Amino acid sequence: MKTFNYHSTKDVKEATKLASSSSAFLAGGMTTLPSMKLGLASYKDIIDIKRIKKLSGIKASGKSVTIGSTTKHAEVANSKEVKKAIPSLAALAEGIGDPQVRNRGTIGGSIANNDPSADYPSACIALNATIHTNNRKISADKFFTGMFETSLKKGELIEAIEFQIPEKSCYQKYPNPASRYAIVGVYVAKHKSDVNVAVTGAKACVYNEKSIASALSKNFSSSSLDSVKISSSGMNSDIHASADYRANMVKVFAKKAVDAC
Amino acid sequence: MASLVGSRVERKEDKKLLTGRGKYTADVTFAHQTYAYFVRSPHARAQIKNIDTSKAEKSSGVVAVLTGKDIANDKIGGLIAGWRIKSEDGSDMKVPAHPPLASESVNYVGDHVAVVIAESLDEARNAADLVKVDYKVLKAVVKTDQAMDSENIYKDIPKNLCFDWLLGDREKVKEAFDKADKIIKIDLINNRLIPNAMEPRAANADYNPSTEEITLYTTSQNPHLARIIISAFNGVAPENKLRVIAPDVGGGFGSKIYPYAEEVVCSWASKKIERPVKWVADRTESFLSDCHGRDHVTHAELAVKNDGTFLGFKNETIANIGAYASVFATVTPTYLFGPCATGVYKMPAAYSNVKAVYTNTAPVDAYRGAGRPEATYTIETLVEKAARELGMDPAEIRMKNFPTEFPFQQTLVHSVDSGDYNAGLKKAMEVGDYKGFEKRKNESASRGKLRGIGFCSYFEACGIAPSAVVMSLGCGIGLWESAEVRFNPTGNVTVFTGSHSHGQGHDTTFAQIAADRLGVPLENIEISHGDTDKGPFGYGTYGSRSLTVGGTAIVKACDKIVAKGKKVAAKMLEVNESEVEFKDGEFIVAKSNKKKTIGEVAFACYLPGTYGEVKSPLPEGEEPGLKETSFFDPGNFSFPAGSHICEVEVDPETGNTEVVKYTAVDDFGTIINPLIVEGQVHGGLAQGIGQALYENCHYDDSGQLVTASYMDYTMPRADNFPEFNLGFTCTPATSNPLGTKGCGEAGAIAAPPAVMNAVMNAVGTEVSMPATAEKVWKACQKMNKSNSKAA
Repeated sequence: MKTFNYHSTKDVKEATKLASSSSAFLAGGMTTLPSMKLGLASYKDIIDIKRIKKLSGIKASGKSVTIGSTTKHAEVANSKEVKKAIPSLAALAEGIGDPQVRNRGTIGGSIANNDPSADYPSACIALNATIHTNNRKISADKFFTGMFETSLKKGELIEAIEFQIPEKSCYQKYPNPASRYAIVGVYVAKHKSDVNVAVTGAKACVYNEKSIASALSKNFSSSSLDSVKISSSGMNSDIHASADYRANMVKVFAKKAVDAC
Repeated sequence: MASLVGSRVERKEDKKLLTGRGKYTADVTFAHQTYAYFVRSPHARAQIKNIDTSKAEKSSGVVAVLTGKDIANDKIGGLIAGWRIKSEDGSDMKVPAHPPLASESVNYVGDHVAVVIAESLDEARNAADLVKVDYKVLKAVVKTDQAMDSENIYKDIPKNLCFDWLLGDREKVKEAFDKADKIIKIDLINNRLIPNAMEPRAANADYNPSTEEITLYTTSQNPHLARIIISAFNGVAPENKLRVIAPDVGGGFGSKIYPYAEEVVCSWASKKIERPVKWVADRTESFLSDCHGRDHVTHAELAVKNDGTFLGFKNETIANIGAYASVFATVTPTYLFGPCATGVYKMPAAYSNVKAVYTNTAPVDAYRGAGRPEATYTIETLVEKAARELGMDPAEIRMKNFPTEFPFQQTLVHSVDSGDYNAGLKKAMEVGDYKGFEKRKNESASRGKLRGIGFCSYFEACGIAPSAVVMSLGCGIGLWESAEVRFNPTGNVTVFTGSHSHGQGHDTTFAQIAADRLGVPLENIEISHGDTDKGPFGYGTYGSRSLTVGGTAIVKACDKIVAKGKKVAAKMLEVNESEVEFKDGEFIVAKSNKKKTIGEVAFACYLPGTYGEVKSPLPEGEEPGLKETSFFDPGNFSFPAGSHICEVEVDPETGNTEVVKYTAVDDFGTIINPLIVEGQVHGGLAQGIGQALYENCHYDDSGQLVTASYMDYTMPRADNFPEFNLGFTCTPATSNPLGTKGCGEAGAIAAPPAVMNAVMNAVGTEVSMPATAEKVWKACQKMNKSNSKAA
């Protein structure tokens, strides 16, 4: 690992002031630190934001659940408010990584990294989330822009993620047997006025599978997907799963999710 | 006294290992320590045009940057192939030079190019980035089945062929096949695996310029072999000036049997810079540079009669041995593979033809089971296919061809001393409730799952091995084992063994044997291993040999102790030696109350005279002290055998396959410690099921290792396995006094075919290893299509 300056701050303003083109915010460090250790990334300044109190915590209202960006996966998984308002979101958090990862990794870190196989981005899309940063609000469908890319600007810090509470929802994934990241993960959410089918793992970036969503908005049952065909174009292909396999699994796991809603 | 042999004694070593008090090579740090980091080839195949170390040498904390030129100038020998195989045409195998640091060419990603030695690891690593190597990249040879048709990697090795070996009789096989009602054919790939011992390889060499001695701590299954190779072949230091210590070692599975380039380089470099040099592999280095396992492409055929009788077997295999011939790389796909390829069956005619090829991948060597898993996978998937094609029950076809008389002269090499294969299979069917399978299958179907059942009956040749036999087959070393049993004056005992424990539990099992034999309490016995300066030369641990060969040496040394003890006791008790009997730790004179404990006798041996209360003059001519050494060279291999039955459940929608029931019934001969044996079986099964369903080493077409981390290499985890049902039968081995056969490799040998036969039974068509979800899903799709066509 290359040497770097370590900063720890209790204040959002100070954190963003320290940020530069060669800095990184550090929360759980579940991706940042391994990348640095492997020599894949190096930074001049590491800005630790774990001590900023306002970034951590869970609040629920009648319509939404807001989760602070440094809230750990284990906290989301075990939160009574989340379990009550959006049980599928608690279940998703419970299925990330292993206990060590869940007790260190944070929701803000996960969505800022936007790994194409991460679980949380699908929750943001399915649950019409709003990402609150230090200077604006970004809707989830504008936030995830590409593989490991988001609309965050340099030095912009996620403060919280606000999830809309759906009528019904479920997340189902087929984990990569090695890494246990999603080969395909499908988050189905039925809201009052629309249905979202967020898919992770299948393409370079999380996306809303409109063909399934529109079939489900007409008839919210797994049998309504029988005639839906998912194209493999644009799907990832690697040693673990071909594009064809992923395309088929999107439908299989969407059905499983609908049945489990 | 109750016998300890056969009892479930908890492992003595676990307290230390499980509480972080073990001492591993990485835990050893010397005064004036330096740290090594290796510059490795990023290319699978390239010529080295130039290496510029000048920038790295000036980098902070750097002590030395050494290259292949330096190692050649110092006349350090290359790494060796330890087993000479001859081709069918009588010619010798072809072996390329394998310098510890490459100077002319690199031949796999991870090949050693230079070493940077610095005051700290970070400084060594940073400086390694500054070593500028000018490569001319060449087209890599990667695929096993294409190696012979590719460009020659080495100019004097045509077709990249190390050898083209034959065991058996082609003519007899042809005659047998001509008489067959049916020929069953199979093409299969034995997938390449990466061993992944929990502790990565490491070395720390400390040269003392005043005594000219090197002490090398290393992660070895076999420190004595490391010493003789580094000394006699690499020429780093004479044997008497090289002490090799393999302290606690966290697993090996074959990958730590022999020394690698790093140990040689650290030892040599320490001498050169006159400071200790330490290297600890990171996990990526382990993936890249530990010797891999398996990697066969096989076509096999079985000639059968319509009633299921086997008439003949042939097998044509291409074995990928990687870029260089590692120490046991050449015996693994030949004598450890071919003889076992006819399985547990009477097979009137057979041959195995193996072509070993070089490729631009990491060297391939012995990995848990070494050759026997490949052999068993071949014959057992073939036998199951024969049962399918003949419409026979898989158990019935096996039993029809089992030998029932022992010793059984197996087709190609071995004379199997003992066994009862029918008893094993019957017990497995009982323990695994074979009768209830249809009911379980229907229950799975009610949940939309396909349930399949698969069998494997195996035997293997282990307890390696009779030196005269292996040497006549080309082995460069003997394979006997040693033990020294040393009574301390106060009556407790230290046993030195030439084998090495890196997870097997020798501290416990060996102590049980010595405790029974000497009548000394278990807690008064210490087992010492892993240090060439303590105890006699030995050949280490692999090939399920430690108990059968090493344990027997302990028995023999204990018997010598008792023999001497009898003489001393007779003198002390003032009777004739013939009147003394030894039982449960006491020398007793029959029909009298005269006796001496073995502790008293030991004490007398160390105080041979009269002094106050002590009256213990030794018999005339007897030497003082009580310490005996024994070397045991077995008369035959040992032949564990068994039958395993696996049941899997397949989700046809996703192809996900789960092992839902696994039954293993093994015959390991006498079992010393059932607790440890069950653990060994569990571990072997985890690796065997891992090979069948999860693990796969994948190089891309340019020779880059794609599965170079746990993100992509699927190590099985506890949640991938069901509870295992274990059972045992026992026919003691006749080739050693303990009657033991060895248990370490059985699970890894039997599980892959048992699992794959179950998968193929579930989906109804052939699937290759590892049976990943996508492969199984595709097989299900194919069967759906052909079923709907049929309908």
